[in-house]
Amino acid sequence: MFGDYSLGDLGSIFVMQGFAGLILFSVYVLMALGLAIIFGQMGVINMAHGEFMILGAYVTWMTSNLFQTYMPGLFGGYFFLAMILAFLASGALGMLVEWVLIRHLYKRPLDTLLATWGLSLMLQQAYRSVFGAREVGVELPQWMLGSLQVTSSIEVPINGVFVMCLTVLITIGVAYVMFKSRWGRQVRAVVQNRIMAGAVGINTEKVDRYTFGLGCGIAGVAGSAFTMIGSTGPTSGQLYIVDTFLVVVFGGAASLLGTIASAFSISQTQSTLEFFMSGSMAKVLTLLAVVGILMLRPQGLFALKVRK
Amino acid sequence: MTDNRFFNRSELIGILVLAVFLVVVLPLTLDVFRLNLVAKYLTYAFVALGLVICWGYGGILSLGQGVFFGLGGYCMAMFLKLEASSVENTKIQSTPGIPDFMDWNQLTALPFFWKPFHSLTFTIAAIVLVPGIFALIIGTAMFKRRVGGTYFAIITQAVAAILTILIVGQQGYTGGINGMTDLRTLKGWDIRPDHAKIMLYFFEVGCLFVCIMIAQFVRHAKLGRILVAMREKEDRVRFSGYSVANFKIFAFSIAAMFAAIGGAMFALNVGFMSPSFVGIVPSIEMVIYTAVGGRLSILGAIYGTLLVNFAKTSLSETFPELWLFGLGGLFIAVVLAFPNGLAGIWSDYVQPRIDRLIASRKRKPDGWTDSSVADGAPAE
Repeated sequence: MFGDYSLGDLGSIFVMQGFAGLILFSVYVLMALGLAIIFGQMGVINMAHGEFMILGAYVTWMTSNLFQTYMPGLFGGYFFLAMILAFLASGALGMLVEWVLIRHLYKRPLDTLLATWGLSLMLQQAYRSVFGAREVGVELPQWMLGSLQVTSSIEVPINGVFVMCLTVLITIGVAYVMFKSRWGRQVRAVVQNRIMAGAVGINTEKVDRYTFGLGCGIAGVAGSAFTMIGSTGPTSGQLYIVDTFLVVVFGGAASLLGTIASAFSISQTQSTLEFFMSGSMAKVLTLLAVVGILMLRPQGLFALKVRK
Repeated sequence: MTDNRFFNRSELIGILVLAVFLVVVLPLTLDVFRLNLVAKYLTYAFVALGLVICWGYGGILSLGQGVFFGLGGYCMAMFLKLEASSVENTKIQSTPGIPDFMDWNQLTALPFFWKPFHSLTFTIAAIVLVPGIFALIIGTAMFKRRVGGTYFAIITQAVAAILTILIVGQQGYTGGINGMTDLRTLKGWDIRPDHAKIMLYFFEVGCLFVCIMIAQFVRHAKLGRILVAMREKEDRVRFSGYSVANFKIFAFSIAAMFAAIGGAMFALNVGFMSPSFVGIVPSIEMVIYTAVGGRLSILGAIYGTLLVNFAKTSLSETFPELWLFGLGGLFIAVVLAFPNGLAGIWSDYVQPRIDRLIASRKRKPDGWTDSSVADGAPAE
């Protein structure tokens, strides 16, 4: 199958395929970061995570429409405002959900799965009623269209580069918040020993609510970034939820570094395999490999050593 | 007190009521179309029954029951499809004698794994054994390494996703997204006319009661008590010398076999099988049937399945927009307010009143007490 290509062409193909993998990696990381906080740190199985992401995507879509109608001059910069709005909207909804639903279920993790699945159905129907069943796509500002010519045979799309840079920034931000700030220390304390954390004066209920909100907010930003590379429909979130859970579990649920490593390996495997075979078989093989490795190493790639 | 290896008195009454309901009341009151719908709902009841053992008693939440439902259904559908694509039925194809979708996908010979499905005996064995062995392999790999709880749920979900993508992707071998349609006869007996549908309904109800008896036996045997003990305090059971993994594998495999029987019944009663019954969404819906009926109640799971499906059909016929809100709300309500589902409501509110009524009639304050296992919920 390589007979038709010269060595230089093959190199370019691998670089571009690798770059496609990097974009997939960015989406996985953005989605998995929120989930790693909610599932890895809090132990809540949030099946509605995809719907929080889609909320961010719809907020971005509305913002772009708003700018187009009222402020066409500033259209080039709408995305930055849209991202902040997406974070706030998803985060606020997340905190509401935590208050109404999740806080009653911390002792029953499997039941959070069922309850949040119910929530995801309701949100999907809500999106369908409000925004219609058809997929919507945002209009990209002029500077994000086109691609960068790296060499004569390699070119990379600008929106992909933008999403990647965004991912790096958000990851650094989350790592800083979780590991350097006072609040992140409280979150980790609550995760490791809830009763003890409460005993030393941490308001665990408040920490829980803000942690859940942060995870959902990051999902919103992920959805916002997602609009750059694909269109959004009421059920788009469901397509990614299993992949995202696998990324988090494969990385070792409580480790942020593991999440990034596993997102990288899964996305690269999938996009490289996609070159050799049909997309569906590539996906099947990737998922099979992940499930197989998880059977051999159930704690994931980077296991946090905690005494249970 | 009539306590034996299968049921105590209140459970016997419950099973008899269900039998009268399914065998006498429904066939007399519903037309053939509606009865066929009930038959379709009851195929999910097999899955719900398996989940009661696996999830309710064993505490293992599987989000991949659709996989086993699908495997059983596809085994049955492959047999029926082969019979429907005999050489004389398919002589307009470029290769007569193979199923139509293979011909459309330029296959010229029957794949090797299709060939044994010419035999009904092999098919019936495969319906139970293929999913059973598959569950055995997954269960052994997971439970021997002490993977459980949420991890197990997510991995079974991934398996469901993998199988769906595989079936959809391998169109030539599986019929792809459309599944296997146009199933006609079973050993020359047409399964499509009304009288055949009624026969199949009664056959299915018979199978369901066999499965209920097996479930009752598991529950009342020592096995059922170990399962419950394992759910509550896994380490203590392990330290007492039981092999926890083996009991979990058993519970998971038997649930898989029940689901597979349900799938085979689905292919017979509904007349097609497609990947839309394999994936994550149907798998989670099946868990909901069990949760609504009561995860600890064998009969409750069956009523739960019927009720949710009736609601689904009637609501989505009249208010298609409201249906998902209703279903979502039902999930949340069941989890938050009624963790033991309908059976829990029955045993907490209705049963005590009936008992009091009977006791006051008899003027015997020390009437019989329910001697079922400590986890409570009397069946129905």
